[in-house]
Amino acid sequence: MTATYAGDYHFDFAETEAKAPAVTGRDPSRLRIRLVAIGFALIYAVICGRLVVLGFDHTAASWRMGGPAAAVAAARPDLTDRNGEILATDITTASLYAEPRNIIDADEAAEAISSVFPDINTTNLRHRLETDAGFIWIRREITAEQQAAIHRLGIPGVGFISESRRFYPGGSTASHIVGHVNIDNQGIAGIEKYIDDRGLSDLHQAGFALGGEMAPVALSIDLRVQHVLHDELAKAMERYQAIAATGVVLDVNTGEVMAMASIPDYDPNSPAQALQPDRLNRMTAGVYEMGSVMKTFNTAMALDSGRVSITDSFDASRPLQVSRYTINDFHGKNRVLTVPEIFIYSSNIGSARMALTVGVDGQQEFFRRMGMGGRIGTELPETALPLLPSRWTDISAMTIAFGHGMSVTPMHVASGAAALLNGGMMIPPTFMTRSEGEAQLLATRVVSEQTSDMMRYLFRLNVERGSGRSAEVPGYYVGGKTGTAEKIENGRYSSSLRFNSFLAAFPMDDPQYVVLVVLDEPQPERPGLGATAGSNAAPTVASIIRRSAPFLGVEPQPVGTQPGALLVTY
Amino acid sequence: MVSRADRSVLSEWWWTVDKPLLAGLIVLLVGGVVLSLAGSPPVAERLDLDSFHFVKRHLLFFIPTVLILLGASLLTPRQVRRVSLIMLVVMIVLLIATLFVGEEIKGARRWINLGSFGLQPSEFIKPAFIVVCAWLFFENAQRPDIPGNLFAILLLAILVALLVAQPDFGQTILVTLSWGALFFMAGLPWIWVAAISAVAVGGIFFAYSALPHVGERIDRFLDPSSGDNYQIETALESFQRGGWLGQGPGEGLVKRVLPDSHTDFIFAVAAEEFGIVICLTLVLVFGFVVLRGLSHSLGSEDRFSRLAASGLIVTFGIQSVINMAVNLNLMPAKGMTLPFISYGGSSMMAIAFGMGMALALTRNRPRAALSRDRAERWSPVARPG
Repeated sequence: MTATYAGDYHFDFAETEAKAPAVTGRDPSRLRIRLVAIGFALIYAVICGRLVVLGFDHTAASWRMGGPAAAVAAARPDLTDRNGEILATDITTASLYAEPRNIIDADEAAEAISSVFPDINTTNLRHRLETDAGFIWIRREITAEQQAAIHRLGIPGVGFISESRRFYPGGSTASHIVGHVNIDNQGIAGIEKYIDDRGLSDLHQAGFALGGEMAPVALSIDLRVQHVLHDELAKAMERYQAIAATGVVLDVNTGEVMAMASIPDYDPNSPAQALQPDRLNRMTAGVYEMGSVMKTFNTAMALDSGRVSITDSFDASRPLQVSRYTINDFHGKNRVLTVPEIFIYSSNIGSARMALTVGVDGQQEFFRRMGMGGRIGTELPETALPLLPSRWTDISAMTIAFGHGMSVTPMHVASGAAALLNGGMMIPPTFMTRSEGEAQLLATRVVSEQTSDMMRYLFRLNVERGSGRSAEVPGYYVGGKTGTAEKIENGRYSSSLRFNSFLAAFPMDDPQYVVLVVLDEPQPERPGLGATAGSNAAPTVASIIRRSAPFLGVEPQPVGTQPGALLVTY
Repeated sequence: MVSRADRSVLSEWWWTVDKPLLAGLIVLLVGGVVLSLAGSPPVAERLDLDSFHFVKRHLLFFIPTVLILLGASLLTPRQVRRVSLIMLVVMIVLLIATLFVGEEIKGARRWINLGSFGLQPSEFIKPAFIVVCAWLFFENAQRPDIPGNLFAILLLAILVALLVAQPDFGQTILVTLSWGALFFMAGLPWIWVAAISAVAVGGIFFAYSALPHVGERIDRFLDPSSGDNYQIETALESFQRGGWLGQGPGEGLVKRVLPDSHTDFIFAVAAEEFGIVICLTLVLVFGFVVLRGLSHSLGSEDRFSRLAASGLIVTFGIQSVINMAVNLNLMPAKGMTLPFISYGGSSMMAIAFGMGMALALTRNRPRAALSRDRAERWSPVARPG
């Protein structure tokens, strides 16, 4: 046996010696090792690639664990309006803490502290000071006098940390826009939360932004217009005894929100008020059956589909019967109406017939095109999802034609109307400043320019001759559409609870701004008078336009001249 | 400098050992000590130990590790084979012993207590197993009358059974992959490569469906929202917080909440404190060691040395790749130490043993020595002189 092995060996060795290349060729292990090496090279390259990707990844999530640095209220940038007026700013305060481990006499310390803060729970404080903890807060954001008093007491084991405290000079004026922060100065609502979500909290994590200069964040709103809107809404709410009022002024060419308010609101300096259920931001976070203002969209849809021309007529002489439903008109004319008449007399029957001409699919597609299929995408975190019919039948199509059976936020209505009036371009609304050029990049065409021209004509017509007469402001060519919806009470539409709105724009020869005002459950001013949108929401809009147009840079035209755009007759 | 004329063991070693490869390994070992300062204090503090408890032990293991590395690299291929065979037998016995006398930690019996040091036989068995298998594959090609391949398969089955019994799925996967790579390099016909790959894929599917905790991990990797991905998410945050240049030594925060920050997730800790640039450097050093080792083993005339060296290098490479890929969320979570960097006495010394043997096998040996070695082995009759 041994000999055989020797023979094998010699043979093998000789071969290796004599024709090494041939052996290499036959032996697969060299090739295989090379393959394995290539495999490893590729895998290490992938790992390097992944590391490089992570290196360029600056979207680092806000770090959950947050060290002590994050617990201390961190500095935030100022928020200003478009003209640089301060909406929110930081002021420095002191916060009192204790290190129970270093407290010599907890009884004495608790006693001394409660002499400065009589409202503090002394027993509880003593228990906390007796523990072996390294750090506890005693009271956050104390006044300068309190700080001096504690300092004079000279208690060992207590100290102060300077903290930034958020202050809102405007109080409730723009509360739903700016939002508010929690005790740790972290944004928890409105634009405050938005700037945190956009990376401010990362900055804090990284140890920056603890007091250095931060560029102020300029919002699109104009504080003067915001004040006018807030003031007029508050007055209207009182005058018409409504439970809530909300309004918005939107630039139709840039999508910038110039002012937005929803009353009742709260003072962001004492944000606990915001927790009361009626303080929600109805403009973006409430969904409602908007009623007749939705005929604006129905009419635009019909005209833009090409199946209805502005000179067409529809029979509104008798109520429309569909299975077990009857559709009636509120201001019934009981005759055949033209499209402009349907719009200005707000005919439900005519609108329903127009919707049927377009059809269910066309209507569904149109409302989605108008952005009503999803949340309104602004910077505000508080948004609501529209409620669309789960089964979109002919009945749905007819009720949606006059604003029932589908709930959207008022902001959806305002931004949709801006698109219908600015020449047909849908521009997402924003609370940040934006130029017309930037807006053009975001814009998508939703209706043709001709349709937009016709909508301007109809809006103006409704204020000159229709239900919106009380919205007229001489010189500003206001146009608009009223909406008086009945609210649902105990599962039925109620005849006494109304949801009124007025959707306006001005000046109609070249629309610049959309103004939408909504009054929830307004009462008649005096018994016997009506409480339709034309009698409360429309005059509120008129007051807002009258007072804010000068700030918005819209010059009045001499009364009596007709704007050129409206000389077109249809 | 050692003279080339000096024919002592050390001088011969100095002139024949692959110095760049040795340098790469030493860089990794030193890097491990530095990173231990970052990764282990939080763990020690969580365990109520002295902050530098693990750092001190890491330093303590550093000396024997270097000695093992250098010592093993002095061996001749014959000695490598013999030491490995002895090591394999001893470690199989110890592996069986762990099942009975092992200390149960986190639900697994992997350690045998030797005073203050817990010996982990599954670490030491890996290099020995690879060398013995390389020998068996080599024998199979050399001497058809001995079914080397069959023995290698049986050996794998025994080892896998022992590892699963502990249980230690990480080592099982590593051993199986390394063994597969070795078999591949030994010249496994392509048809068999395809068949074994199919069995491996089947095995993964089996583990996915039959073993709930394996299935869960894979589910969580494929769809991160399906469960708790705490470790992986935290590790990724560590990379993001670190950025290119890191937060600076001692400035890491994520490591305070990252479990196993001194072992399985040391790479993420390195990223947070020292930055992605250092991580890239580490990857390059690992890549250098593996590619240098493989290309150097190609140069070896002796087929056994070539196979055994590349097998050892591949084991080292696979282990580093799995660890880094898990840290970077490129594959499902699997506990695996980063060779030479992670804390762990058994792991460090066993890897030093393996890499020392790889160094020994890749030494430039003159053909005469080669033939002498072979002659001794094959036929006492043919021994010259």
